[in-house]
Amino acid sequence: MTDTALTVPLYRLAHGRTGDKGNRSNISVIAWHPALWDLIVAQVTEQAVTRQFALRQPSRVTRHVLPELQAMNFVLDGVLDGGVNDALNLDSHGKALSFLLLDLPVQVPAALAQYLAGPQ
Amino acid sequence: MANRSPLLIGCAAGFSGDRTDAATPVVQALVNSGRPAVLIFETLAERTLALAQLARRTNPDAGYEPLLDDLLRPVLAQCLQHGVRIVSNFGAANPQGAALRIQQLAAELGARRPRVAVVHGDDLSGPQHRALLAQALGQDMPAQPIVSANAYIGAQPIAEALRAGADIVVCGRVADPSLVLGPALAHFGWQMDDWDRMARATMAGHLLECGSQVTGGYFADPGYKDVPGMACLGYPIAEIDADGHCTITKPAGTGGRVDERTVKEQLLYELHDPAAYLTPDVVADITSARVAQAGSDRVRVEGVRGHAQPPSLKVNVCFESGWFAEGEISYAGARAEARARLAGEVLRERLAGVAPLRIDLIGVASVFADDAGRWREAQAPGDARDVRLRVALQHQDHASAQRLVREVTALYCCGPAGGGGVRTAMRPRLGTVSCLVPREAVSTGFTLLD
Repeated sequence: MTDTALTVPLYRLAHGRTGDKGNRSNISVIAWHPALWDLIVAQVTEQAVTRQFALRQPSRVTRHVLPELQAMNFVLDGVLDGGVNDALNLDSHGKALSFLLLDLPVQVPAALAQYLAGPQ
Repeated sequence: MANRSPLLIGCAAGFSGDRTDAATPVVQALVNSGRPAVLIFETLAERTLALAQLARRTNPDAGYEPLLDDLLRPVLAQCLQHGVRIVSNFGAANPQGAALRIQQLAAELGARRPRVAVVHGDDLSGPQHRALLAQALGQDMPAQPIVSANAYIGAQPIAEALRAGADIVVCGRVADPSLVLGPALAHFGWQMDDWDRMARATMAGHLLECGSQVTGGYFADPGYKDVPGMACLGYPIAEIDADGHCTITKPAGTGGRVDERTVKEQLLYELHDPAAYLTPDVVADITSARVAQAGSDRVRVEGVRGHAQPPSLKVNVCFESGWFAEGEISYAGARAEARARLAGEVLRERLAGVAPLRIDLIGVASVFADDAGRWREAQAPGDARDVRLRVALQHQDHASAQRLVREVTALYCCGPAGGGGVRTAMRPRLGTVSCLVPREAVSTGFTLLD
C-alpha cells in the first residue's frame, strides 16, 4: 500500500445496472479491472451502500459477491416506495439508482490510479 | 429425439414498446447460418398484462401485443419459408386473438398457412380461480376489483407445442427465459430434470429476454462505456450447444456491441440471489459462471449450474387502485429554483388534506429522491436557473385526484412569476400484489389452431 490515496467515485472503479421487481431493486457493481476488485470488495460493503441510500430508507441491503465475474449484486428491499405501480416517483422502476450507488466515494491507493476508468 | 447440433435463438423485442425494426437483421442472420433457428419476441412486463386485460374489456378481439403486426409483418413470410420458428409471449391477455391475427397476417402476406399453437394456463383472472388467489394472498387479497392475475408458467408447453410441429407458439405470461428454454428442450430432447442444462439455457434466455440490453442497449455512458451505432442496435442471437452453454452475438453490420461488460450487466439484471435464480423450470446458479470474449461481438457463457425447480409458481395480481395525477411547470433564469420551490409550497398548502403530495424539482432533485421528500429537504436550496416543478399524488377518487391538475394549471395566474409550460395528466392506477401457488394448482397446455 502506498502512502497516498485518492478519493474517487465508484464509477471510476466499476460499472453497473439497476433492475427491479416489485418494491425491490437490484444493482450490479462490476469491476473495470481485476486490479480494482479487492478494493471494491473491501469498501463497497452493505454498510456503505446502506449509508449511500439512507434517504431512500431501504428495509434491508444484501450484498452477493461473484469473484468469478469480478462483480457484486446488491439487493435493496423496500427502496422503491412500493414499486412500479405504487411509487409517485417519475422513475418508479428506480432505473436511475445504479448511478446513485456508483457515486459512492472509494479510497484508491495512488499505485492503482492507472486502472481507473474515465478522464484522468 | 436428442439432437447435438447447436440451436440459434434470436430475440427481436425486449418489452412491449421496443423498436419494431429489429427482427429483419436477426432473421437474416439466422437464415444465413443455415442452422436450426428460433426467433423470440419478449413483450410482457409486470404491468403489461393488466393493461392488456383493460384493452380487452373495451374490445374483445384486443388484449394481445398492440404492435404485433409491426413486429411480425417484416419477417413472418421469411421465417415460414426458411423454417425459423417463432415463440413469443405477445399473446398477453388474449393469445387466441393474437394467433388468429397471425393467421390472417400470413394470408395477407401470401405466405403459407402457419401452424400456430396457443399456450394456456397462465391466466388466473377468472372467477373459478378466485378462491386459489384468496388462499395464496391471505390478507394481501385486494378489496378492489382484480384486473389481471397470471401465473408465470414454464417452458414445457412451449416445448410440447414445438414437438407437435408448431411454426409459431403464442403465449401469455410464461417466464421470460422459458421462451428460450422451451425451444432448447424441444431441440435437444433434454430430460425435464436435467437441471444443469436447463439452467444454462434459462440463463441464455435471461440474457436474451431484454433484447438489445445485452448488445449495447441501456449501456452507453459517454467517456466510460461507449457504444457504436446506437441508432441501429443489433439485437442478440444466442448459439446454444447441446450442453446448454451459449455464445451471445448479434447480426453483422448492425450497431451496438457484445463484450464481457454488456453480458455481465445483463446477466445480473433483475437477479437477486445469484446462487438461486428462481424460474418455473429450474433454479439457476451463476456463482460459478464464466463470461469470456470469444471473438468480435461474441461472448461465451459457461459454468451455470442448476437445481430442482421450485414447487410453486409465482402469480402477479393487478387490481384497480384509484387515480394517479401529476402536473409540471417550468421556471428559468434568475431565482428559478426559489420560484419553483415556492410554487411547490403553494401547491402543498392548496392540496393539504387531499393526499400526500410528491414534489420534484427537476434539475435539482427528482428521480433519486423519495416520495416522502426526505431527499429534497436534506438539500440546501441552491441557485439553479432552469427548474421544472413536478408534483404527483394518488387518490381512490377521481375528483379528488383531479384537484391536483386544477391547482397546477391555476399556477399560470396564481403562482410565482414567470412559470410556464404546464402539463398535466390523469390516469387510472393499478396496484400489484404477488404470491406463490402450488404448481399442481395451475394446469398448462397448448392447442394447435386449425
